[in-house]
Amino acid sequence: MAKSLFEEKLNSGKFLITTEVGPPKGVDIEELKHHIDLLKEKVDAINVTDHQSSVMRYPSLGGCLLVKEQGGEPILQMTCRDRNRMALQADLMFAHSRGVNNVLALTGDSIDVGDHPNVKPVFDVESAQLLRLIRTLESGKDAAGNDLKGSPEFCIGASVHPSADFIEPQLIKFEKKVAAGAQFFQTQGIFELASFRRFMQYASQFNVKILAGIIVMASAGMARYMNKSVPGIIVPQEVIDELATAEKGKGLQKGIEIAVRLIRGIKEENLCDGVHIMAVGNEGIVPEIIEAALMEHAQT
Amino acid sequence: MIIVEQKPVDEIQRMIAPYERVLILGCGTCVTVCNAGGEREVSFLHDALLLAEVESKEISHTFVEHTVKRQCDEEFLDLIAEEANDVDAILSLACGIGAQSIAERFPEMVVLPGVNTSFMGMAKQWGVWDERCTACGDCRLDDTAGICPITRCTKGILNGPCAGTKNGKCEVSPEMDCAWILIYQRLERLGQLDKMRRYYPPRNFRPIPRPRRIMASPSIVAVGGSHG
Ligand code: SF4
Repeated sequence: MAKSLFEEKLNSGKFLITTEVGPPKGVDIEELKHHIDLLKEKVDAINVTDHQSSVMRYPSLGGCLLVKEQGGEPILQMTCRDRNRMALQADLMFAHSRGVNNVLALTGDSIDVGDHPNVKPVFDVESAQLLRLIRTLESGKDAAGNDLKGSPEFCIGASVHPSADFIEPQLIKFEKKVAAGAQFFQTQGIFELASFRRFMQYASQFNVKILAGIIVMASAGMARYMNKSVPGIIVPQEVIDELATAEKGKGLQKGIEIAVRLIRGIKEENLCDGVHIMAVGNEGIVPEIIEAALMEHAQT
Repeated sequence: MIIVEQKPVDEIQRMIAPYERVLILGCGTCVTVCNAGGEREVSFLHDALLLAEVESKEISHTFVEHTVKRQCDEEFLDLIAEEANDVDAILSLACGIGAQSIAERFPEMVVLPGVNTSFMGMAKQWGVWDERCTACGDCRLDDTAGICPITRCTKGILNGPCAGTKNGKCEVSPEMDCAWILIYQRLERLGQLDKMRRYYPPRNFRPIPRPRRIMASPSIVAVGGSHG
């Protein structure tokens, strides 16, 4: 039996669409709930980010419970930045007990890039080790080898950076994550298909599902900012130039256009198993992107 | 070596305020090499403190200076036993180990740290020191081409780079090399990339529980201890 609805979909062979929501800083969760409502029917699963960019927020697990309550399928983003093995295992058991059975295992951004730069970074484990830790729990043992009374089951994923400027070490890490039991990958944002095609030629030899990460840009300024300040992100100059052609106030429209074009390209070429749309703060536009991408595709 | 940084003079002034006679005590080893706590810096600090007093028109301290070969060895501290009798506090410019050995050797004496003990590292160029070791107690430099990921990767991770690296630099700063890119390049040069492909399980963060102690094997003790 599938471990989750999302795992069932992963194995269905259909083109998958996931997206993500970022919990608020504070306890006003109305907007978060609104976004979940807006997205839950349109996508195959909703990731909830875990103090994204090391900015302290309402917890990922809390967001996942909301997704569940509202009838959606959550993917718990779990980073190793803030919890040691004890805390990670506890959260995983709790997640399972409440029906949150999809986990995206991430190392997590460094503390230095966020809004609490003086706190203690944990990194007791990293992504590949966290994936194995999850598989260990499933086997009925904890990280120290003790027996569990009842073991959880998870559909687990990880991330990969297909257009990293120094790709070989990233691919080594990717293979370690595959070996550790990752079933699906949601990639870092891709902005052009050439490097992604090369990556897929390589990645298709592995028995894992790949969802291409699509970041929706809201302006050329945002793209430049991401290049400068967001870990790993490399927005090509052509994309920045294209965004810059947008009239004032129409940047997001241009960003949507680029995202739609990418998704369409991926789908037409059958490059990978689906897409993961990251609208960073503009969650409300995701349904529009999906509709446009799928409709235009239908017309071709 | 141990790299330290001298504390700002105003912080030192606040610390010494309650004590009249202060011995400024330098150390002849690491802190001399990193220009923060040797004979020269003891004398500079002495001057700076005197000058500050003159400027504030409130002469309330007398200072003596001395630099021992190593503050972390009690036998060298014996040499200042007499001087220590005549002061109210010792301002140590040694690392935290030196300052604590003074506290252990002179139970009645106030010890004040004149420096912040920063890390273990080496001089990269004139006036630049870089961290190289965290004393994790479980050295794995063999697996990583002689480059320590625990120290030089800001996350201290073991299985290769995170996705934050850009232009060979770390996600926290465009000035800082990504340790894992360096490791990859050097392993490649050495024909040892298989070492990077290996999976490394989570670290044992407590190879020796804290506070750490190592006991020499009996044969070493018989030969004459660690002072030999
Ligand atoms: S960019 Fe490199 S050095 Fe920095 S945290 Fe990631 S792996 Fe470590």
